[in-house]
Amino acid sequence: MSSEAMAAERPNYLNATTGLKSWLLTLDHKRIGILYLLGVSAFFVLGGIFAMLIRLELVTPAGDLVQPDAYNRLFTSHGVLMVFFFLIPAIPGVLGNFLIPIMIGTKDLAFPRLNLLSWYLFMAGGTMALGGIIAGGVDTGWTFYTPYSSTYTMTAVIPVGLGVFVNGFSGILTGLNFMVTIHRMRAPGMTWFRLPLFVWSHYATSLIQVLGTPVLAITLVLLVFERAFHIGVFDPTRGGDPVFFQHLFWFYSHPAVYIMILPSMAVISELIAAFARKRIFGYHAVAFASIGIAVLGFLVWGHHMFVSGQSVYAGTAFSLLTMLVAIPSAIKVFNWSFTLYQGSVSFQTPMLYALGFIGLFMIGGLTGVFLGTLGFDVHVHDTYFVVAHFHYVMVGGTIMGYLGGLHYWWPKITGKLYPEFWGKISALLVFVGFNLTFFPQFLLGYMGMPRRYHAYPEEWQVLNVLSSAGASILGLGFVLPVLYFAWSLKKGPLAGRNPWGARGLEWETDSPPPTLNFDEPPVMNHEVYPYADGEPGSTSGMKPASAH
Amino acid sequence: MSTAHPAVLHHQFDTLEQQKESATLGMWLFLVQEILFFGGLFMAYMLYRWRDPQAFAAGSHELDITLGLVNTVILIASSLTMAMAVHSAQTDKNKALVRYLVATGILGLAFLVIKYFEYSAKWEHHLVPGPNFHFPELAIDGRAEIFFSLYFAMTGMHALHMVVGLVLLGWLLVPAARGRFNSQYHNPIECFGLYWHFVDIVWIFLFPLLYLIGRHYHGAV
Ligand SMILES: [Cu+2]
Repeated sequence: MSSEAMAAERPNYLNATTGLKSWLLTLDHKRIGILYLLGVSAFFVLGGIFAMLIRLELVTPAGDLVQPDAYNRLFTSHGVLMVFFFLIPAIPGVLGNFLIPIMIGTKDLAFPRLNLLSWYLFMAGGTMALGGIIAGGVDTGWTFYTPYSSTYTMTAVIPVGLGVFVNGFSGILTGLNFMVTIHRMRAPGMTWFRLPLFVWSHYATSLIQVLGTPVLAITLVLLVFERAFHIGVFDPTRGGDPVFFQHLFWFYSHPAVYIMILPSMAVISELIAAFARKRIFGYHAVAFASIGIAVLGFLVWGHHMFVSGQSVYAGTAFSLLTMLVAIPSAIKVFNWSFTLYQGSVSFQTPMLYALGFIGLFMIGGLTGVFLGTLGFDVHVHDTYFVVAHFHYVMVGGTIMGYLGGLHYWWPKITGKLYPEFWGKISALLVFVGFNLTFFPQFLLGYMGMPRRYHAYPEEWQVLNVLSSAGASILGLGFVLPVLYFAWSLKKGPLAGRNPWGARGLEWETDSPPPTLNFDEPPVMNHEVYPYADGEPGSTSGMKPASAH
Repeated sequence: MSTAHPAVLHHQFDTLEQQKESATLGMWLFLVQEILFFGGLFMAYMLYRWRDPQAFAAGSHELDITLGLVNTVILIASSLTMAMAVHSAQTDKNKALVRYLVATGILGLAFLVIKYFEYSAKWEHHLVPGPNFHFPELAIDGRAEIFFSLYFAMTGMHALHMVVGLVLLGWLLVPAARGRFNSQYHNPIECFGLYWHFVDIVWIFLFPLLYLIGRHYHGAV
């Protein structure tokens, strides 16, 4: 007991300084990670409320809860908040920030001030977007298609667009910071091929942030110019080309899907290694698959425009290129599966999320190949099939990685253990709830139910009710972790340095880590994931500090 | 932290060398991001110019080539003074550093003043896109508007970068005047230099694209 008390007394990043100011002006990447946790959680709750209202409206075929105009605002607000202010920043902002410097064995990111600025830009952008949503709403869909967005809608496109613009620079600067850190701050002995796959995948993410986001930024600037100053760029009545807007928008927004999924894959690689007690099979292939996804992701945007008047030849090329992305994605899934083979697999909460990820990502990824096929896409274009597909990839993919990672590193972040039993229940609820919500939407879409309508013919009610029921279960699965994480902060047992018996520099320092991460600058003198062959798994679950 | 940590070395770095390399790499990545940002505008220019070369030629014809040329010379001169500023910092010539930074600032300001006069002339001639836009050759009135939309978006975005550059320059002048930069520590000056040259290079592309190409095109309108 006394050693536990002593461990709790040791200075760490949480108790080093106190007061609100010490948090709002912090330059510590770990504290900034916590700030992101609070920020993305707030936007997730708001986006989730809009989602629940959408599902509530769709319980009955008649449009009885909201009018069409309000419904347009609902799904737009849901999309904008979730995509730009949750899915994109969540894992890099929270886990990437917290873990990358520790994993590579350094004291902080290369530019701590810039890192804090990124958080403020994120919050400022989110506040502007939210202000626009409250002040007049926006009804263009999260894609802001012109000329409706620039000329015809009467809603608050400008504040929301500028909010997304400002938030974009948060992502660009975070990506830049990660890249410089990974290039220049690695501990002695931490070669590129000793980097945890978490770091590789975040590097690939950063590449997209730095190369893709500025294109969205200038696109939004031009959109705002057209709307505010009546210059002609996209509006055909002023000589502009609306399809050009779509090209620019998707040049960023397709790679943006990989800004969401690559960090999740980053987490999954760590979880699979830790809970199979094995080095990731084909480490190099998985690392290069991340880079491959990032690069190929820039060549496929036209698959969003198969019916937008793009030429048949462009459509065919984009269709073929889209199929190519399936290759690095499949490399990852196969390598994770091979890692599990003959590993000492144990099914703790984070591992349940990791396995859930593989399931959801396979369904999402394979339906992506369907949609990349020209003929099929024309058939299901703008239906719930598309909605289901991108929720499986973007939401299923990101949420499973995010929650899995949050559970896995929670003892490191807070120094406390969470109740494993409730963790498993929540993982189960999220997985079942997610599939129940979105699988029926594949069927609805295949039968032709169009997206973005608040009413539908009666024969689709059963599937819609199932979907809404699934959403309730999903919601419950999200509420549970909030409750037991809060409980664990107050009453959870102390975690100790390495409750999972996992490998990696982050497990070789205190939980929570000291402000400068390590007492002694670490040296990496072995390969990454050095699990012994036949090493027993952690079937007993998390070990508290006293067992250390 | 060890007491050997020099004051200009930030806590997250181990050596000044590492700090300098990180700052430089960060600046280059920032410039890559800038290239893609301007890339969207250049893409728009290419698309619409390809679609309507006559309107773009006629639009070019309305721009003031003298002022554009003077501004080009001013910016190239400012790049020279900036390069001299970096060189002065590297060689411990503090007075020269301050002098060259001030010269760079004055040239940058001169560019913006000339740009202001150019813009106001466009306003008077009803060449600012919007309800008041009137092109002298009525036949291509609607088609020339998009040229001026791009003219203002591109040069405006460039001018905004100049303003940001001048603010940064003013912010760097204080420590420079206090003698904070020397041959050991000068990466803020170097990084700012990279930014300044980048903004100049953007203009080097804008000037021929907007003022020169197709200026003497006299095809059917
Ligand atoms: Cu796509």
